[in-house]
Amino acid sequence: MKYVDEFRNGALARRLAAAIVREADKSRMYHIMEFCGGHTHAIFRYGVQDLMPGNVRFVHGPGCPVCVLPIGRIDNAIELAERHSATVCSYGDMMRVPASERRSLLKAKAAGADIRMVYSITDALKIAREHSDREVVFFAIGFETTTPPTAVAILQAKAEGLRNFSVFCNHVLTPAAIQHILQSPEVRALGTVAIDGFLGPSHVSSVIGSRPYEYFAEEFQRPVVIAGFEPLDVMQATLMLIRQLNEGRHEVENEYVRVVTHEGNLKAQALVAEVFELRPSFEWRGLGDVPYSALRIKDAFSEFDAEKRFQVTTRRVRDAKSCECPSILRGAKKPTDCKLFGTVCTPESPIGSCMVSSEGACAAYWSYGRFRQDAGVSGVRTHKEAAE
Amino acid sequence: MTIMTRFSSWLDHRSGAIDMMHGSGGRATAQLVTELFVRHFDNPLLAQGNDQAAFDVAAGRLVMSTDGHVISPVFFPGGDIGCLSVHGTLNDVAMSGARPLYMSAGFILEEGFPLQDLDRIVASMAAAAREAGVPIVTGDTKVVEKGKGDGIFITTTGIGIVPEGVSISGDRASPGDKIIISGSIGDHGVAILSRRANLEFETEIRSDTAALHGLVAAMVEAVPDIHCLRDPTRGGLATTLNELAQQSRVGMRISEAAIPLKAEVHAACELLGLDPLYVANEGKLVAICAADDADLLLAAMRSHPLGAEAQVIGEVVPDPNAFVQMETTFGGTRIVDWLAGEQLPRIC
Repeated sequence: MKYVDEFRNGALARRLAAAIVREADKSRMYHIMEFCGGHTHAIFRYGVQDLMPGNVRFVHGPGCPVCVLPIGRIDNAIELAERHSATVCSYGDMMRVPASERRSLLKAKAAGADIRMVYSITDALKIAREHSDREVVFFAIGFETTTPPTAVAILQAKAEGLRNFSVFCNHVLTPAAIQHILQSPEVRALGTVAIDGFLGPSHVSSVIGSRPYEYFAEEFQRPVVIAGFEPLDVMQATLMLIRQLNEGRHEVENEYVRVVTHEGNLKAQALVAEVFELRPSFEWRGLGDVPYSALRIKDAFSEFDAEKRFQVTTRRVRDAKSCECPSILRGAKKPTDCKLFGTVCTPESPIGSCMVSSEGACAAYWSYGRFRQDAGVSGVRTHKEAAE
Repeated sequence: MTIMTRFSSWLDHRSGAIDMMHGSGGRATAQLVTELFVRHFDNPLLAQGNDQAAFDVAAGRLVMSTDGHVISPVFFPGGDIGCLSVHGTLNDVAMSGARPLYMSAGFILEEGFPLQDLDRIVASMAAAAREAGVPIVTGDTKVVEKGKGDGIFITTTGIGIVPEGVSISGDRASPGDKIIISGSIGDHGVAILSRRANLEFETEIRSDTAALHGLVAAMVEAVPDIHCLRDPTRGGLATTLNELAQQSRVGMRISEAAIPLKAEVHAACELLGLDPLYVANEGKLVAICAADDADLLLAAMRSHPLGAEAQVIGEVVPDPNAFVQMETTFGGTRIVDWLAGEQLPRIC
């Protein structure tokens, strides 16, 4: 298939793999964090780790919008449907994520709440237009990629004078989270998580460009290569990171030049800026409170802000006691370090969010890489392990 | 079942709709049965009008299979719920190597369902049954109140006879066996998705829905000792291979490059973030046979129109974990796991 198969060419992959083997310094390890779940998915689905030398390891980051949403916000969405009798429209991946007390949107739906799975926010707008007697709330999640469509929908709702439509905004920002990871004691002070460089999220950068990563590449002296989601993109970007690390550089480079520019999509950025503003702080599952890492709806559009419309207050809810999702999301542990992995926590009955989303590290491990475990092969090692 | 021959007026096929009377068991039910079901399904056993169909069967092993059909939308490119309900059950019977003999059909209709649509669906079922040479000889109709159904649900049951010397079962795959697929995967699922509300997109893909017992007959004739046969419907090829691996307690290794996949299906799956290995099929089968029989079986399949694109896609290997593994076109290896829940398009 044109424009896709070119990026999955096995012969090219072997040539790239040979270049990586040639250039990777055998006397050291290369720990490369892929922030985004799209990369995690590509690495496992295509077996990219198989083509890497033993000293190049991928560390799975927190870049799955489903995984990082705190439990309290899912409780809020259920409350909107149950207590306020709203029609809550959600992306499919959110439906099975465990909320408090073993609940989920799917279970609330089965119990009679009006919760509907939609494929885009325009479906939610359509439902609002067709059911003017019902309050319709879109459960908005996602990084910079999914934010512009939410902005457009709010502007559209305002233009149409839709009175029964609102957005429960949970949009989060990538650069703030990466900065937070690099500032964490595990990385900075304790050195228990080795991260030498980042594969930058490609779809996010198609909106925000590569520029926002320049600050922390410089500040934390970690190279970033913006990489597409195809397996050859991941390999090419890995080679670029290895070269930077070998040369002692820490720059932002762009492998995904077919889509991403330095400045990004200025029109989309303007739309987002018109509708949203920064939250001073937002809780991320696994990372805790991260300053200036999320967006809220501006006062000018408060009639479309479900938080204000229904006076939503979010309760802080702890993850299941033995669940290691928080550490896994920070790259501090790998899925197989979790006692629950593959025992009580499986894709059929997930305990933690990393097992729910198809882009979560645990689900990817379980679905694509389980046989490696049995063969005694691990896809990820922490710094400590590598040293041993 | 008492069929009346005369009613005060004809059923209004053009603008009429199902109402509760049609499920009452009274005159309206009888009229629906006579003027719609019997008219389309027309065969001597059904025309007897008894509550059951009585017939002789040849000696041998009898197989029976039943399947409920709840599909949205009911009409889709390449088919509809009617022909699908016939093909689905015939194929389940055929996957034992059997020759299907007779079918039954049960309808649960929602109040308000247009008679015109019902007529079209039943005509499609009748055509599918005629083409397959398997009559629908008994049936049932119920009507549920508006809001308590999804328009139409159809349950079909089929019976058939397995030829002597044939012993096909999901637990017979053994290491060294070859795995064969009869043609391209994912056509049905993509055709359905392309017409599903909120997700409509333009595609030339049509459902592959088809009755496979003719193909199976040709295969059994060429290689009586086929080990396993299964149609990869809901859950797709991946689920079927996992089922067979688990039943037989073996592993499987398949090659992504060998699996036939239409460019349009590939493109639609890319667009939606779906894996074609998990997308449904309704006119394909997976066969597992001894390596020595593979060429013969492949040739028999390719000489039949429904198996023209048949391919060997992998082999059975010893594995206590019963994992299905795939060599990707990219050169890596990955597990092909059971699907957890419904496959959903990705967020971004």
